[in-house]
Amino acid sequence: MPATDLHRTIDAVWRIESPHLIAALARMVRDVGIAEDLAQDALVTALERWPETGIPDNPGAWLMATAKRRAIDHLRRNQMLTRTHDQLGRAIDEANQVPPDLDSALDDPVGDDLLRLIFIACHPVLPTEGRIALTLRLLGGLTTPEIARAFLVPEPTIAQRIVRAKRTLSEAQIPFEVPRGAELKERLASVLEVIYLVFNEGYSATAGDNWLRPELCEDALRLGRILAGLVPDEPEVHGLVALMEIQASRARARTGPDGAPILLLEQNRARWDHVLIGRGLAALERAEQLGGTIGPYALQAAIAGCHARARTAADTDWRRIALLYSMLARVAPSPVVELNRAVAVGMAEGPAAGLTIVDTLSGEKALSGYHLLPAVRGDFLLKLGRRDEARAEFERAASLTRNTREQELLRSRAAAC
Amino acid sequence: MRFMMLMIPKGFESAPAKLDLDAARVTEMMKYNQALRDAGVLLALDGLHPPASGARVSFAGGRPKVTDGPFPEAKEVLGGYWMIRVNSQEEAIEWAKKCPGSENEVIEIRRVQEMEDFTPEVRQAAAGLNDLQHEARTRT
Repeated sequence: MPATDLHRTIDAVWRIESPHLIAALARMVRDVGIAEDLAQDALVTALERWPETGIPDNPGAWLMATAKRRAIDHLRRNQMLTRTHDQLGRAIDEANQVPPDLDSALDDPVGDDLLRLIFIACHPVLPTEGRIALTLRLLGGLTTPEIARAFLVPEPTIAQRIVRAKRTLSEAQIPFEVPRGAELKERLASVLEVIYLVFNEGYSATAGDNWLRPELCEDALRLGRILAGLVPDEPEVHGLVALMEIQASRARARTGPDGAPILLLEQNRARWDHVLIGRGLAALERAEQLGGTIGPYALQAAIAGCHARARTAADTDWRRIALLYSMLARVAPSPVVELNRAVAVGMAEGPAAGLTIVDTLSGEKALSGYHLLPAVRGDFLLKLGRRDEARAEFERAASLTRNTREQELLRSRAAAC
Repeated sequence: MRFMMLMIPKGFESAPAKLDLDAARVTEMMKYNQALRDAGVLLALDGLHPPASGARVSFAGGRPKVTDGPFPEAKEVLGGYWMIRVNSQEEAIEWAKKCPGSENEVIEIRRVQEMEDFTPEVRQAAAGLNDLQHEARTRT
């Protein structure tokens, strides 16, 4: 097998198998840093052996068996001062169990190992950027350079975030259990936040010239779908997946042939990916069927769903969207939600009604640097015929955004006043 | 990237017209289908009725000609497919390797064409292809 093919194959194997590998090892050694090191060691061995022996039939099981042997050595060598002799013995026994069928070496039938790893990588004790980097590394199978490229951050910075995150988890002695009950809901919020942050990074760049980094959206969607399979009874997980599926459905319609951004209401809806919309609406239904108070992700998904269901912009159910925003304002109040509600009310009841709401936000410190506030205000003013004021607002909005494509769009709106 | 994993079961070319699936085999395959779903890579999957109940249309000489199945000259026929979304052909191959394929089964992996793969002329000619595909999928 030519060398390049072999390396690409090993990359592929790593991407598929590493999260399960690291998850199982983390269960054994109770430390993600050590688990990843053991997994990496197995990878190095594979890189040494497989060029001679060829890729094994079941590469995942091969890696697991290799890593397990090292894990047992590690458990024996380390004094494991925090554990009693009995616990140590039990851990070694567990690690020594050779399943009759190599396939089940990686078996995680309930998904508990993977779930445990997700919760640990997203632990609230870590800073958000550390959680994101660690999650993408341990669960996404992304390399440090890949993560750095995705977030437009130097490689050493990402490497540092990962090192610090592992150290923090080690020092804080985080218990290696899947949280249950009320703790599960709390910790789940942190996981959902990480996944959505990754998605958003891919969906709308905050700096630079490109609006989309589609691979990150794919990674976030994949993690969300995996999580929905592992924790199927939590409505907000399905809510988040629904939101991401429906937002991702617009990816091909968001930019024109020259790369210029196209606003939602002006997009060619035939370009929307209806497979993703179908999946998103199905996930939303699951969230709603599970009952309880509708959470913020499900509400945002419902809003996105309203747009997805409208054949044309004119068919949009703005009253429903305005209602959903007012529900969102109760569950997760924020000036941005209120601004979006203003837009919906403006569409449902006219620009004057929308402007009234926007004007209540003029003093909001949280929105003082937010370009969409003057952009929305400018839009209402233009519709009310107040062109000079509208122009001023669009200019102001253009000055507040760092995304050059958005700047161009806003400047052209100002010029058209 | 999207890939088709095309299942080619040896012997299917001479299978009787009436579909005769083994429930135990289907159970096994469902585990694999679940795994594809759980990993977040599955886009679509279907099984096909045997060629004995199918037909072929050929176009030699500029006129369509219909031949009813089975097709004795055919050495390999399709039994079904999966469509998956992964980052590389190597990843698709690794997934195909995990399939509980039997002694007589072969999976062929083929990348799905995207607009980005076409030359500018072809892309122009194919304008509207995406819309067509999306519209068609909504109807299922």
